[in-house]
Amino acid sequence: MAETKSHIGTQNKKGQTYTDAWQMMHEAPRNPSFYTGSEVIKEALRRASCDVMIAYPITPQSEAAALIGELFAEGYIGDYFRGESEFAVMSQCAGAAFGGARVFTTTAGPGTMRAMENFPMWAGARLPIQMIVTCRGINSPLSIQPDTIEISYLLNTGMLVWHAETAQDFFDWILKGFMVSEEPEVHLPLALCCDGFFVTHTKDVVNLTPADMCLPPYDPYRSPVPCMDMECPPVRMMRDPFIMKSNYISYATHASWQQEIWAAIERSRKHTIKWINGLIDTENTDAEVVIVASGTAVSQGREAIRLLEDEGVRCGLIKVKSLRPWPGEEIREATKNAKHIFVPEFNVTGWLAKEIKATIPNSERVHAGPHVCGGMTMPPEIIVSEIKTALGLRSESLAGRGS
Amino acid sequence: MTQYRVLPGPEHFLPPAAASMGIYLPNPGEAHINGVIVPEEKAYEEAARQFLMAQVPTIFPGPLVLWAWNEKAAKKAAAVRSLYETLKECVQPGQKPMLIPMPDYRPKYPKINPEVEINPNHPNLTIWHNKIDCCMFIGVHCHQANLSLKIIRGGTSCYTVAMCAQAGHEDAMLSFRDASVEKILKLGEWIRKLKGTVKPRLTSAKTSASN
Repeated sequence: MAETKSHIGTQNKKGQTYTDAWQMMHEAPRNPSFYTGSEVIKEALRRASCDVMIAYPITPQSEAAALIGELFAEGYIGDYFRGESEFAVMSQCAGAAFGGARVFTTTAGPGTMRAMENFPMWAGARLPIQMIVTCRGINSPLSIQPDTIEISYLLNTGMLVWHAETAQDFFDWILKGFMVSEEPEVHLPLALCCDGFFVTHTKDVVNLTPADMCLPPYDPYRSPVPCMDMECPPVRMMRDPFIMKSNYISYATHASWQQEIWAAIERSRKHTIKWINGLIDTENTDAEVVIVASGTAVSQGREAIRLLEDEGVRCGLIKVKSLRPWPGEEIREATKNAKHIFVPEFNVTGWLAKEIKATIPNSERVHAGPHVCGGMTMPPEIIVSEIKTALGLRSESLAGRGS
Repeated sequence: MTQYRVLPGPEHFLPPAAASMGIYLPNPGEAHINGVIVPEEKAYEEAARQFLMAQVPTIFPGPLVLWAWNEKAAKKAAAVRSLYETLKECVQPGQKPMLIPMPDYRPKYPKINPEVEINPNHPNLTIWHNKIDCCMFIGVHCHQANLSLKIIRGGTSCYTVAMCAQAGHEDAMLSFRDASVEKILKLGEWIRKLKGTVKPRLTSAKTSASN
């Protein structure tokens, strides 16, 4: 077996230089480029020293999956193929990760739901797979439009869950995400989510790292569990699992195993803070009115704040970047002055508002809304209207024109 | 700042993972004792003291040092053996140092033989059987080490030390990180240095390690 050794400064077969990840992400020059979110995924992967990418088409991630196929054809990805379904893809990702590969995949909406059984398995097996989730509607009647409801299902899988607002977030966090999730004391899968179409299919200026630099390769010998070995867990566990034995020890071991997954999420906290510069971003949190949001709802919130300022209402903003680990302390601190906390969301249940209510004291301060879903846009004016109504200020109806 | 401390048990029917109670891992050059970050030097002294105080101080080497999968592992194995020999030389009559391997992680059914091995899924059986009151994990994959350390804390009164090659273990009562041959040997030096200065906790078999 190989000794662990540094590859920094050496070149891969494409002539890219393996570069210290911190230097590459924070010190290397950036090149402004005008790309869609899907193209940004491809460009991040070009620099990610990824061993295996497994694809399956589902809107709105299909374009990104296809573009990564081009990267494979160019020689930047070790292996690339299409699975038989999302469930198969996620199982195949597990196989590749068990074998010690850096693994990447993309999915969306019903695909996420179809593959769901695999995600706690990934976490339990401590597989640092990265999965892009370009969120969309999941329920019947069919919708391919933006909707973040699927994130709520991911929150209790044991995966790390981040929610990108912009294509720039996406580019940086794909690369940084590998660094966090591959730390030996973390070593968990990452669901890097964005709002489908809003991020994947719109163009934005994104500052890219040099294409001739790439991340150091994944070192499976730092894993907290052995690489694939048919006589050892986690593989062995699957044919001789605890559930086959009915005794206290088996139950206690499984309980301890589950706790270890969530302990690993806690351990990811300091690395996540270091790499993405905090679990939240804040602006003007001394204001009495604060918007807390994640994903593109942050952008809409920011615009609503500008409109409110024009009307003399001062409002702060909290951008939640990481959902797992959950920034509980950070949100408690950032909302301590707020009398009204608004949580605009692109889903019907308001899962982010529920998380915040469970986190802060005096949770009656939280106004869970406005909500839109099923592909509806969220005009900043409806956030403004929600806030003004709650504050007892006059607000014009935005619902229609009347008869 | 958490008030939680990682102490010898038996702690609870299902004790929490220390990381979930706000215990953080040490940074390079540091260690932790009971969940409190300390300079590494202090941890050597405390680990040596705990070993010399114990009735059955035990080293649990895991697969990463039991198998010669690379040159470094073989050197670490030799250092672990040396540490064990040092321990034997430095204890007093009545103390019984042991070296019990964790060769793999398979759940052992119908029952483990606790005299010859320890298993991460039911480590308490080996602790109880041998009345081990202080142990050190080395060369165990981090996930399995954490499982073991937490189960030991939950159901026994054994003092746990982790000599971890990665970032350390919150679930041990004392943890080093970035373990190397030098660090293993340095712990041996501290044991030698404290030889004769620590009063062993010699008790009857009945009242030793909680069972």
